[in-house]
Amino acid sequence: MKTRVLLFGQLAEITGSKELEMEGCADTAALLSILHEQFPVLAQSKYVVAVNQEMISGNKNLPENSIVALLPPFSGG
Amino acid sequence: MQKEISYERYQRQMILPGFGEHAQGQLADASVLVIGAGGLGCPVLQYLVAAGVGRIGIADGDSVSLSNLHRQVLFHTSDIGKNKAETAADRLRRLNPEIVIQPIAENVSSRNLLEIISAFDIVVDGTDNFATRYMINDACVLMNKVLVYAAVSRFEGQVAIFNYPTAQAGRSSNYRDLFPEPPGENEILNCADAGVIGVLPGIIGSMQANEVIKVITGMGELLVNQLLTFNAMTNQLYTVKITAKQETAQLIPQTAAAFEKTDYAWLCASPSTVNEIDARTFNNLVQKGNIDIVDVRELHEMPAVDEFQHYRIPLAELKTAYLQLKNDTVVVFCQSGKRSLLAMKFLSEQLGTTKRIHSLQGGIIAWKTFCQTK
Repeated sequence: MKTRVLLFGQLAEITGSKELEMEGCADTAALLSILHEQFPVLAQSKYVVAVNQEMISGNKNLPENSIVALLPPFSGG
Repeated sequence: MQKEISYERYQRQMILPGFGEHAQGQLADASVLVIGAGGLGCPVLQYLVAAGVGRIGIADGDSVSLSNLHRQVLFHTSDIGKNKAETAADRLRRLNPEIVIQPIAENVSSRNLLEIISAFDIVVDGTDNFATRYMINDACVLMNKVLVYAAVSRFEGQVAIFNYPTAQAGRSSNYRDLFPEPPGENEILNCADAGVIGVLPGIIGSMQANEVIKVITGMGELLVNQLLTFNAMTNQLYTVKITAKQETAQLIPQTAAAFEKTDYAWLCASPSTVNEIDARTFNNLVQKGNIDIVDVRELHEMPAVDEFQHYRIPLAELKTAYLQLKNDTVVVFCQSGKRSLLAMKFLSEQLGTTKRIHSLQGGIIAWKTFCQTK
Protein backbone atom coordinates (compact mmCIF):
# COMPACT_ATOMS: atom_id res chain seq x y z
CA MET A 1 0.00 0.00 0.00
CA LYS A 2 1.54 3.25 -1.16
CA THR A 3 1.11 6.73 0.31
CA ARG A 4 2.45 9.96 -1.15
CA VAL A 5 3.58 12.49 1.42
CA LEU A 6 3.83 16.18 0.46
CA LEU A 7 5.92 18.44 2.67
CA PHE A 8 5.42 22.18 2.69
CA GLY A 9 7.61 25.07 3.78
CA GLN A 10 10.47 24.26 6.07
CA LEU A 11 9.26 20.69 6.60
CA ALA A 12 10.69 19.91 3.17
CA GLU A 13 14.06 21.10 4.39
CA ILE A 14 13.89 18.75 7.35
CA THR A 15 13.25 15.72 5.16
CA GLY A 16 15.38 17.00 2.29
CA SER A 17 12.53 16.51 -0.13
CA LYS A 18 9.14 18.03 -1.00
CA GLU A 19 7.71 14.62 -1.65
CA LEU A 20 8.17 11.18 -0.11
CA GLU A 21 6.69 7.83 -0.92
CA MET A 22 5.84 5.54 1.98
CA GLU A 23 4.92 1.88 1.88
CA GLY A 24 2.56 -0.05 4.12
CA CYS A 25 1.14 2.68 6.37
CA ALA A 26 -2.42 1.76 7.38
CA ASP A 27 -3.17 5.06 9.06
CA THR A 28 -1.76 8.54 9.66
CA ALA A 29 -0.48 7.64 13.14
CA ALA A 30 1.67 4.84 11.70
CA LEU A 31 2.91 7.08 8.92
CA LEU A 32 3.80 9.94 11.24
CA SER A 33 5.58 7.73 13.75
CA ILE A 34 7.82 6.38 10.98
CA LEU A 35 8.49 9.91 9.72
CA HIS A 36 9.21 11.18 13.23
CA GLU A 37 11.64 8.37 13.84
CA GLN A 38 13.38 9.04 10.55
CA PHE A 39 13.39 12.82 11.00
CA PRO A 40 13.39 13.66 14.74
CA VAL A 41 13.24 17.42 14.04
CA LEU A 42 9.90 16.84 12.32
CA ALA A 43 8.49 15.51 15.59
CA GLN A 44 9.19 18.86 17.22
CA SER A 45 7.72 20.87 14.36
CA LYS A 46 4.23 22.30 14.19
CA TYR A 47 2.12 21.30 11.22
CA VAL A 48 -1.39 20.41 10.18
CA VAL A 49 -2.07 17.07 8.48
CA ALA A 50 -4.32 16.74 5.44
CA VAL A 51 -5.38 13.46 3.84
CA ASN A 52 -6.47 13.76 0.23
CA GLN A 53 -6.75 17.54 0.61
CA GLU A 54 -8.83 17.44 3.76
CA MET A 55 -7.45 18.55 7.08
CA ILE A 56 -7.73 15.85 9.73
CA SER A 57 -7.54 15.78 13.48
CA GLY A 58 -6.62 12.61 15.31
CA ASN A 59 -5.81 9.39 13.50
CA LYS A 60 -7.24 8.55 10.06
CA ASN A 61 -7.11 5.41 7.96
CA LEU A 62 -5.18 5.75 4.74
CA PRO A 63 -6.84 4.21 1.72
CA GLU A 64 -4.60 2.95 -1.11
CA ASN A 65 -2.79 5.78 -2.95
CA SER A 66 -3.65 8.44 -0.39
CA ILE A 67 -1.88 11.76 -0.49
CA VAL A 68 -0.88 13.08 2.90
CA ALA A 69 0.15 16.73 3.14
CA LEU A 70 2.01 18.23 6.10
CA LEU A 71 1.61 22.01 6.22
CA PRO A 72 3.48 24.20 8.71
CA PRO A 73 2.33 27.66 9.79
CA PHE A 74 4.03 30.63 8.10
CA SER A 75 4.41 33.93 9.84
CA GLY A 76 6.02 36.13 7.19
CA GLY A 77 4.29 39.05 5.58
CA MET B 1 -24.30 55.72 1.36
CA GLN B 2 -24.02 55.89 -2.42
CA LYS B 3 -20.96 57.84 -3.42
CA GLU B 4 -20.24 59.58 -6.68
CA ILE B 5 -18.49 56.94 -8.79
CA SER B 6 -16.11 57.81 -11.59
CA TYR B 7 -17.18 55.62 -14.49
CA GLU B 8 -14.03 56.27 -16.41
CA ARG B 9 -11.71 55.24 -13.57
CA TYR B 10 -13.45 51.90 -13.04
CA GLN B 11 -14.72 51.36 -16.59
CA ARG B 12 -12.58 48.29 -17.32
CA GLN B 13 -13.90 46.36 -14.36
CA MET B 14 -17.44 47.72 -14.55
CA ILE B 15 -17.88 46.28 -18.06
CA LEU B 16 -17.14 42.79 -16.71
CA PRO B 17 -20.09 40.42 -16.84
CA GLY B 18 -21.76 40.31 -13.43
CA PHE B 19 -19.85 43.33 -12.12
CA GLY B 20 -21.34 46.61 -13.36
CA GLU B 21 -22.52 49.57 -11.35
CA HIS B 22 -23.86 47.35 -8.61
CA ALA B 23 -20.54 45.71 -7.72
CA GLN B 24 -18.75 49.04 -8.03
CA GLY B 25 -21.27 50.52 -5.60
CA GLN B 26 -20.64 47.63 -3.18
CA LEU B 27 -16.91 48.37 -3.31
CA ALA B 28 -17.56 52.08 -2.71
CA ASP B 29 -19.69 51.26 0.34
CA ALA B 30 -17.19 48.81 1.81
CA SER B 31 -14.53 49.44 4.43
CA VAL B 32 -11.39 47.32 4.80
CA LEU B 33 -8.70 47.41 7.47
CA VAL B 34 -5.27 46.29 6.27
CA ILE B 35 -3.02 45.43 9.21
CA GLY B 36 0.63 45.54 8.19
CA ALA B 37 1.74 47.64 5.22
CA GLY B 38 4.56 45.27 4.35
CA GLY B 39 5.19 42.72 1.61
CA LEU B 40 1.57 41.54 1.61
CA GLY B 41 -0.01 44.83 2.65
CA CYS B 42 1.51 46.82 -0.23
CA PRO B 43 -0.11 44.90 -3.11
CA VAL B 44 -3.35 44.44 -1.15
CA LEU B 45 -3.55 48.19 -0.62
CA GLN B 46 -2.64 49.09 -4.17
CA TYR B 47 -5.31 46.88 -5.69
CA LEU B 48 -8.05 47.71 -3.18
CA VAL B 49 -7.40 51.42 -3.56
CA ALA B 50 -7.27 51.15 -7.34
CA ALA B 51 -10.47 49.07 -7.41
CA GLY B 52 -12.35 51.75 -5.47
CA VAL B 53 -12.98 50.28 -2.01
CA GLY B 54 -14.65 53.25 -0.31
CA ARG B 55 -12.74 53.39 2.98
CA ILE B 56 -9.41 51.75 3.75
CA GLY B 57 -7.57 51.72 7.09
CA ILE B 58 -3.83 51.03 7.18
CA ALA B 59 -2.40 50.01 10.56
CA ASP B 60 1.38 49.82 10.86
CA GLY B 61 3.68 51.32 13.47
CA ASP B 62 6.92 50.38 11.68
CA SER B 63 9.05 52.60 9.53
CA VAL B 64 10.43 51.83 6.08
CA SER B 65 13.90 50.30 5.97
CA LEU B 66 16.19 49.55 3.04
CA SER B 67 15.77 45.77 3.36
CA ASN B 68 11.97 46.19 2.92
CA LEU B 69 12.20 47.68 -0.56
CA HIS B 70 12.75 44.48 -2.56
CA ARG B 71 9.19 43.42 -1.75
CA GLN B 72 7.30 46.38 -0.27
CA VAL B 73 6.75 48.03 -3.60
CA LEU B 74 4.74 51.05 -2.44
CA PHE B 75 7.82 52.59 -0.87
CA HIS B 76 10.71 54.51 -2.39
CA THR B 77 14.32 54.69 -1.23
CA SER B 78 13.66 58.26 -0.07
CA ASP B 79 10.97 56.90 2.34
CA ILE B 80 13.48 55.10 4.55
CA GLY B 81 12.82 55.98 8.19
CA LYS B 82 9.24 57.19 7.57
CA ASN B 83 6.19 55.50 9.07
CA LYS B 84 4.75 52.89 6.71
CA ALA B 85 1.04 53.60 7.29
CA GLU B 86 1.42 57.32 6.66
CA THR B 87 3.76 56.92 3.71
CA ALA B 88 1.48 54.33 2.11
CA ALA B 89 -1.58 56.55 2.70
CA ASP B 90 0.15 59.49 1.06
CA ARG B 91 1.07 57.48 -2.02
CA LEU B 92 -2.31 55.75 -2.27
CA ARG B 93 -4.25 59.03 -2.08
CA ARG B 94 -2.44 60.11 -5.20
CA LEU B 95 -3.41 56.82 -6.85
CA ASN B 96 -7.09 57.31 -6.00
CA PRO B 97 -8.25 60.57 -4.39
CA GLU B 98 -11.89 59.49 -4.61
CA ILE B 99 -11.77 57.16 -1.61
CA VAL B 100 -11.07 57.64 2.10
CA ILE B 101 -7.73 56.37 3.40
CA GLN B 102 -7.12 56.28 7.14
CA PRO B 103 -3.55 55.65 8.29
CA ILE B 104 -3.12 54.33 11.84
CA ALA B 105 0.56 54.87 12.58
CA GLU B 106 0.79 52.44 15.47
CA ASN B 107 1.17 48.73 15.93
CA VAL B 108 -2.01 46.93 16.89
CA SER B 109 -2.15 45.52 20.41
CA SER B 110 -4.73 43.75 22.52
CA ARG B 111 -5.49 47.18 24.00
CA ASN B 112 -6.32 49.03 20.75
CA LEU B 113 -7.25 46.31 18.26
CA LEU B 114 -10.94 45.83 19.09
CA GLU B 115 -11.62 49.52 18.80
CA ILE B 116 -9.70 49.84 15.52
CA ILE B 117 -11.42 46.78 14.02
CA SER B 118 -14.90 47.93 15.05
CA ALA B 119 -14.81 50.68 12.43
CA PHE B 120 -14.32 48.30 9.47
CA ASP B 121 -16.25 45.50 7.68
CA ILE B 122 -13.34 43.32 6.61
CA VAL B 123 -9.88 42.76 8.08
CA VAL B 124 -6.79 41.85 6.04
CA ASP B 125 -3.89 40.25 7.90
CA GLY B 126 -0.57 41.21 6.34
CA THR B 127 1.50 41.05 9.52
CA ASP B 128 4.80 39.28 10.02
CA ASN B 129 4.61 37.51 13.40
CA PHE B 130 2.50 34.89 15.14
CA ALA B 131 1.65 36.99 18.18
CA THR B 132 -0.17 39.55 16.02
CA ARG B 133 -1.71 36.91 13.74
CA TYR B 134 -3.35 35.05 16.65
CA MET B 135 -4.42 38.35 18.16
CA ILE B 136 -6.07 39.46 14.88
CA ASN B 137 -7.76 36.08 14.45
CA ASP B 138 -9.21 36.13 17.95
CA ALA B 139 -10.33 39.75 17.61
CA CYS B 140 -12.14 38.97 14.34
CA VAL B 141 -13.93 36.00 15.93
CA LEU B 142 -14.90 38.13 18.92
CA MET B 143 -16.12 41.02 16.73
CA ASN B 144 -17.73 38.88 13.97
CA LYS B 145 -15.48 40.28 11.25
CA VAL B 146 -14.40 38.49 8.10
CA LEU B 147 -10.62 37.96 8.08
CA VAL B 148 -8.70 37.61 4.85
CA TYR B 149 -5.47 35.92 5.86
CA ALA B 150 -2.18 35.36 4.05
CA ALA B 151 1.36 34.51 5.10
CA VAL B 152 4.61 33.80 3.28
CA SER B 153 7.89 32.04 3.89
CA ARG B 154 10.79 31.81 1.46
CA PHE B 155 9.13 30.60 -1.77
CA GLU B 156 5.72 29.61 -0.43
CA GLY B 157 2.56 31.40 0.59
CA GLN B 158 -0.81 30.62 2.19
CA VAL B 159 -4.16 32.34 1.67
CA ALA B 160 -7.53 31.77 3.37
CA ILE B 161 -10.71 33.54 4.42
CA PHE B 162 -11.57 33.05 8.10
CA ASN B 163 -14.69 33.63 10.14
CA TYR B 164 -16.98 34.13 7.14
CA PRO B 165 -20.71 34.11 7.98
CA THR B 166 -22.34 30.84 6.91
CA ALA B 167 -25.96 29.80 6.93
CA GLN B 168 -25.57 26.67 9.05
CA ALA B 169 -22.69 27.02 11.46
CA GLY B 170 -22.69 30.75 12.09
CA ARG B 171 -19.09 31.32 11.07
CA SER B 172 -16.61 29.44 8.92
CA SER B 173 -13.36 28.04 10.29
CA ASN B 174 -10.66 30.35 11.62
CA TYR B 175 -6.89 30.28 12.03
CA ARG B 176 -7.12 28.37 15.30
CA ASP B 177 -8.92 25.51 13.56
CA LEU B 178 -5.75 25.09 11.54
CA PHE B 179 -3.17 25.81 14.22
CA PRO B 180 -4.92 25.90 17.61
CA GLU B 181 -1.94 27.10 19.63
CA PRO B 182 0.78 29.52 18.55
CA PRO B 183 4.23 28.08 17.94
CA GLY B 184 7.13 29.69 19.73
CA GLU B 185 8.37 32.74 17.88
CA ASN B 186 11.71 30.98 17.48
CA GLU B 187 10.20 27.74 16.26
CA ILE B 188 9.24 29.10 12.85
CA LEU B 189 11.39 31.60 11.02
CA ASN B 190 9.98 34.93 9.84
CA CYS B 191 11.00 36.77 6.65
CA ALA B 192 13.94 38.44 8.36
CA ASP B 193 15.39 35.07 9.37
CA ALA B 194 14.13 32.77 6.63
CA GLY B 195 14.27 35.16 3.70
CA VAL B 196 11.57 35.67 1.11
CA ILE B 197 11.62 36.15 -2.65
CA GLY B 198 10.30 39.66 -3.32
CA VAL B 199 7.70 38.76 -5.90
CA LEU B 200 6.06 36.11 -3.67
CA PRO B 201 4.20 38.48 -1.32
CA GLY B 202 3.26 40.36 -4.52
CA ILE B 203 1.52 37.23 -5.82
CA ILE B 204 0.04 36.17 -2.48
CA GLY B 205 -1.02 39.73 -1.57
CA SER B 206 -2.74 40.03 -4.96
CA MET B 207 -4.63 36.81 -4.22
CA GLN B 208 -5.62 38.28 -0.87
CA ALA B 209 -6.91 41.47 -2.58
CA ASN B 210 -8.81 39.27 -5.04
CA GLU B 211 -10.54 37.45 -2.16
CA VAL B 212 -11.43 40.77 -0.52
CA ILE B 213 -13.05 42.02 -3.74
CA LYS B 214 -14.97 38.73 -4.08
CA VAL B 215 -16.15 38.93 -0.45
CA ILE B 216 -17.41 42.49 -0.99
CA THR B 217 -19.10 41.88 -4.34
CA GLY B 218 -20.27 38.31 -3.72
CA MET B 219 -18.64 37.18 -6.95
CA GLY B 220 -16.97 33.84 -7.56
CA GLU B 221 -15.92 31.14 -5.12
CA LEU B 222 -14.28 32.12 -1.88
CA LEU B 223 -11.44 30.46 0.01
CA VAL B 224 -13.81 29.82 2.89
CA ASN B 225 -13.02 26.64 4.88
CA GLN B 226 -10.02 26.21 2.61
CA LEU B 227 -6.33 26.94 2.84
CA LEU B 228 -4.59 27.63 -0.44
CA THR B 229 -0.84 27.26 -0.72
CA PHE B 230 1.30 28.43 -3.60
CA ASN B 231 4.89 27.53 -4.35
CA ALA B 232 6.69 30.13 -6.45
CA MET B 233 9.41 27.67 -7.50
CA THR B 234 7.19 24.86 -8.75
CA ASN B 235 4.11 26.99 -9.60
CA GLN B 236 2.06 24.43 -7.69
CA LEU B 237 -1.18 25.40 -6.02
CA TYR B 238 -2.50 23.09 -3.33
CA THR B 239 -5.79 23.58 -1.53
CA VAL B 240 -6.77 21.88 1.70
CA LYS B 241 -10.27 21.79 3.17
CA ILE B 242 -10.44 23.06 6.75
CA THR B 243 -13.23 22.25 9.18
CA ALA B 244 -14.22 24.31 12.19
CA LYS B 245 -13.51 22.36 15.38
CA GLN B 246 -15.57 22.66 18.51
CA GLU B 247 -12.60 22.70 20.87
CA THR B 248 -11.13 25.70 19.03
CA ALA B 249 -13.76 28.11 20.35
CA GLN B 250 -12.61 27.83 23.93
CA LEU B 251 -9.08 28.92 23.00
CA ILE B 252 -10.40 32.32 21.96
CA PRO B 253 -11.15 35.00 24.57
CA GLN B 254 -14.91 35.19 25.02
CA THR B 255 -15.20 38.84 26.00
CA ALA B 256 -13.54 42.12 25.13
CA ALA B 257 -12.21 42.33 28.69
CA ALA B 258 -10.63 38.86 28.45
CA PHE B 259 -9.16 39.71 25.06
CA GLU B 260 -7.60 42.91 26.32
CA LYS B 261 -5.98 41.01 29.16
CA THR B 262 -4.46 38.38 26.89
CA ASP B 263 -0.73 38.77 26.43
CA TYR B 264 -0.26 37.46 22.88
CA ALA B 265 3.45 38.11 22.81
CA TRP B 266 3.86 35.91 25.85
CA LEU B 267 1.60 33.18 24.47
CA CYS B 268 3.76 32.95 21.40
CA ALA B 269 7.03 32.99 23.24
CA SER B 270 6.10 30.60 26.00
CA PRO B 271 5.87 27.24 24.21
CA SER B 272 9.47 27.50 23.13
CA THR B 273 10.82 28.91 26.35
CA VAL B 274 8.91 26.95 28.97
CA ASN B 275 8.81 23.22 28.41
CA GLU B 276 9.78 19.77 29.57
CA ILE B 277 13.05 18.34 28.37
CA ASP B 278 14.10 14.71 28.34
CA ALA B 279 17.16 13.24 30.05
CA ARG B 280 19.28 13.37 26.90
CA THR B 281 18.56 17.07 26.29
CA PHE B 282 19.19 17.79 29.94
CA ASN B 283 22.49 15.96 29.78
CA ASN B 284 23.54 18.07 26.78
CA LEU B 285 22.61 21.25 28.62
CA VAL B 286 24.61 20.18 31.68
CA GLN B 287 27.65 19.55 29.51
CA LYS B 288 27.29 22.86 27.69
CA GLY B 289 27.15 24.71 31.02
CA ASN B 290 25.85 28.24 31.61
CA ILE B 291 22.59 27.02 33.12
CA ASP B 292 21.03 27.30 36.54
CA ILE B 293 19.78 23.97 37.86
CA VAL B 294 17.38 23.76 40.77
CA ASP B 295 16.56 20.59 42.72
CA VAL B 296 13.07 21.12 44.17
CA ARG B 297 13.03 17.86 46.20
CA GLU B 298 13.05 17.85 49.99
CA LEU B 299 16.57 18.03 51.36
CA HIS B 300 16.60 14.42 52.62
CA GLU B 301 15.50 12.82 49.36
CA MET B 302 17.75 10.33 47.61
CA PRO B 303 19.52 9.75 45.29
CA ALA B 304 21.98 12.50 46.06
CA VAL B 305 23.19 14.48 43.09
CA ASP B 306 26.87 15.41 43.00
CA GLU B 307 27.50 15.18 39.27
CA PHE B 308 26.75 18.85 38.59
CA GLN B 309 26.34 22.09 40.52
CA HIS B 310 22.81 22.98 41.49
CA TYR B 311 20.63 24.81 43.95
CA ARG B 312 18.52 22.92 46.49
CA ILE B 313 15.19 24.66 47.07
CA PRO B 314 12.27 22.37 48.07
CA LEU B 315 9.09 23.19 46.12
CA ALA B 316 7.29 24.59 49.17
CA GLU B 317 10.12 27.04 49.74
CA LEU B 318 10.46 28.11 46.14
CA LYS B 319 7.80 30.79 46.51
CA THR B 320 9.61 32.53 49.31
CA ALA B 321 13.18 31.81 48.26
CA TYR B 322 15.27 34.61 46.91
CA LEU B 323 16.48 33.24 43.60
CA GLN B 324 19.85 34.34 42.39
CA LEU B 325 19.68 32.96 38.90
CA LYS B 326 22.61 33.99 36.77
CA ASN B 327 21.91 32.29 33.47
CA ASP B 328 19.24 32.61 30.79
CA THR B 329 18.41 28.92 30.98
CA VAL B 330 16.94 27.39 34.11
CA VAL B 331 16.22 23.69 34.61
CA VAL B 332 14.21 22.45 37.56
CA PHE B 333 14.13 18.81 38.55
CA CYS B 334 12.62 16.57 41.23
CA GLN B 335 12.36 12.83 41.71
CA SER B 336 9.97 11.90 38.90
CA GLY B 337 9.21 15.14 37.08
CA LYS B 338 5.86 16.03 38.67
CA ARG B 339 6.85 18.61 41.27
CA SER B 340 9.31 20.19 38.86
CA LEU B 341 6.40 20.84 36.47
CA LEU B 342 4.75 22.93 39.18
CA ALA B 343 8.06 24.65 39.85
CA MET B 344 8.46 25.40 36.14
CA LYS B 345 4.97 26.89 36.00
CA PHE B 346 5.65 29.02 39.05
CA LEU B 347 8.99 30.25 37.73
CA SER B 348 7.57 31.06 34.32
CA GLU B 349 4.91 33.20 36.00
CA GLN B 350 7.57 34.95 38.04
CA LEU B 351 10.18 35.38 35.34
CA GLY B 352 8.00 35.83 32.25
CA THR B 353 9.88 35.48 29.00
CA THR B 354 13.18 36.71 30.33
CA LYS B 355 14.50 33.17 30.71
CA ARG B 356 14.17 29.72 29.18
CA ILE B 357 12.67 27.50 31.83
CA HIS B 358 12.71 23.72 31.57
CA SER B 359 11.52 20.85 33.70
CA LEU B 360 13.39 17.54 33.59
CA GLN B 361 10.96 14.90 32.34
CA GLY B 362 10.97 11.75 34.48
CA GLY B 363 12.99 13.57 37.11
CA ILE B 364 16.48 12.78 38.36
CA ILE B 365 15.64 9.06 38.17
CA ALA B 366 15.32 9.33 34.39
CA TRP B 367 18.62 11.15 34.12
CA LYS B 368 20.48 8.65 36.35
CA THR B 369 19.09 5.83 34.23
CA PHE B 370 20.11 7.65 31.07
CA CYS B 371 23.67 8.05 32.38
CA GLN B 372 23.92 4.33 33.16
CA THR B 373 22.71 3.22 29.76
CA LYS B 374 24.42 5.68 27.46
